[in-house]
This record gives sequence, structure tokens and C-alpha cells, in this order.
Amino acid sequence: MVIEKYILAVVTTNPKKVPVASAVFNCDSKEEMEHIAANLEAILDGIAHGLSDELYVIVKH
Amino acid sequence: MNEYTYPIIFGVIVGTLGRIYMLRTDYRQYPTYLHGKIIHIALGFIAAGLGTVAIPSIMEEEFTAVTFLTLAASQFREVRNMERNTLAQLDGYELVPRGSTYIEGIAVAFESRNYLVIFTSFVSTFTYIVFNIYVAIVIALIALIISRKLMAGGKLKDIVDVEYVEPRFDGAGLYVDNIYIMNIGLPKRQEEVLKYGMGFILKPKNFNSRSTIANLGQRQAILHDVSTALGVYRDSGTPALVPLAKRDLDDGRVGVFVLPQEKNIEMALDIIGNVPTLENAIRMPTERNVNEKGEQ
Repeated sequence: MVIEKYILAVVTTNPKKVPVASAVFNCDSKEEMEHIAANLEAILDGIAHGLSDELYVIVKH
Repeated sequence: MNEYTYPIIFGVIVGTLGRIYMLRTDYRQYPTYLHGKIIHIALGFIAAGLGTVAIPSIMEEEFTAVTFLTLAASQFREVRNMERNTLAQLDGYELVPRGSTYIEGIAVAFESRNYLVIFTSFVSTFTYIVFNIYVAIVIALIALIISRKLMAGGKLKDIVDVEYVEPRFDGAGLYVDNIYIMNIGLPKRQEEVLKYGMGFILKPKNFNSRSTIANLGQRQAILHDVSTALGVYRDSGTPALVPLAKRDLDDGRVGVFVLPQEKNIEMALDIIGNVPTLENAIRMPTERNVNEKGEQ
């Protein structure tokens, strides 16, 4: 089976909201969250999707 | 030298010129390099030869000789395979791929052009032998014009109205008009998208064109053509900066989002209007006779 979309990492400032069993990056501020998400996007060749103000997921398409 | 020498030379020259003439029209679809051109001119020459010698062989009552035309058919089917394989392999390295539907359309065009060459050479030689060279020249020109017309195909502007719309963000969602395109989270990326992005709304003119532009291959062809002509703000490893076309399910409009290097609205509208409607994407639901309903 070929997986077409996959959540590679979760970047958040609110650890309560993240899914289980995924790479999670807890951040202290929104700026830090955006910075980490931008770096992960470049590293992982994925897209940083914003689910809410405090939660980004990096998804491989 | 015999009575057929000049007609044959004439037919071959007309056919080969016809192939060169038709090769010019597909620059945008397929920027042929020198070697690619030589291949097609050489095959055009062979096609012209086959079309031409069919006439003398009929005149000499060598009817079985005409069966070599079937050889031509299999030969030119091979041309289609060749074009399809080449383009499909190259497609993996395009920043904005053509898509299989577009490739198939180009491959079919290459095959059929050879048949048009056979047809042109055939009628030219025939009229040369039956009448004279002057009639043959006129007929050859008419055949070339017919070939040109047959190859032209439809344009997108015949079936849709194209309109420019500034793309906008609603939260993390990118929209063109009211059509949702994709989710882009990072504010920096959003700024880039708004700076370089252009949105277009394709409004189908009738029910048939609604199905045609819904075709994913047709949409990919639009994105490819715009990106080829205007450049693309994208690189490998930036999947967020991807041109996309999405559909409004309510009324069949298609929202096209592109990231050109050069933000020229007039030019982009012109390019989208001139995108070929792919033969394989054309649907004609209204052609179905309603009276036949339930009779199948």
C-alpha cells in the first residue's frame, strides 16, 4: 500500500491538543512555533498546514 | 526516369514540406529540439514516400503493393509510443508536470500528423498524374490547409470565460474567489503566496464544457501551460508553492491558482484562453439522446 499523505510532525504551543503517536515539537511561543514549522517544512519536504493558531502539522503530500 | 518520376518527387517534397509546416505549430506544446525535429522530418519523409508510391502502384495494377500502407500504420503507431514514453519520462523532472492526458494528446497528434502527410502526398501525386503539375500544386495547398485545420483543435476560450481574481487567505485556507485551494500554515509562506500568486476563475459556457474542465488532465494542462509561459515561483522541496486547480462543486467553475515568475495578468489570461482543449478530456453529455433513455 502506498501512503499518499502522512503527518510527519506536529508543532504546537498547546501540548494537550496533539495526537498520540507522532513526532511532537512543543513550543513556548507562536514565533518559535512558526520558526520550527518553517524549518521542518524545508527539511521534510512537507507542507506546514495550520489547524489552529496553536497547532501546525507537517504533512507529506 | 519514367512517367512517374516527377509525380513521385513532387509528392514526396509536398509531404515532407507539409510535415515541416505542421511541426511549427506545436512549438508551445512540445519544444522540439534539433534532434527531435530531425526524427519527425525523417518520419514525415517516409510517410510522404509511402503516400506517393501508392498511386503508381495502383496505376500499374500492382494492387497488392498497397498493403504496405498497413506497415505504415504500425510504424506510426510506434511514433506515438515513442513520444508517449519520452514525454512521460521527462514529466517526472518538470516542476509543473504536463500530466498523462496532455502527453497522450501530444502523442496522438504526432501519430496523426504522419497520416495527414500520407494523405497530402497521395492526393498531390494523384492529381499530378491525372491532370498536371499546376492542378497538383493547388490540390497540395488545399490539402495542407485542411491538415492545418484538422490539427488546430479547440481552445479553452471557446468553452469557458476566464476571469482574474486576487487570491486571498481565510485563516490558513487559501481561496480563489469562493473556491478553496489549499491550507498554508506559515505566515511567511502566506506572504509569498499572496505576493506571487494569481487566481483565475474559469466559468464554463455550457454543460458540456463543465465536464471537460472538471477533467484533472485538462486542469493540469492549464497549470503546465501557464507555468511554461510565465515561469514558476517554485523549486523542488517546496511543496507548499504548488500551482493548483480546484473545482466549485455547486456550479462547475474551476479556480486556478498559479505562481508565475512574471505577474502579467493580460498575458496570463491570454495563455489560459489558448490552452488546447484536450481531446481526451472532452465530454459531451448533452449529445446523448434523451429519447434513448432506458433503452440500453
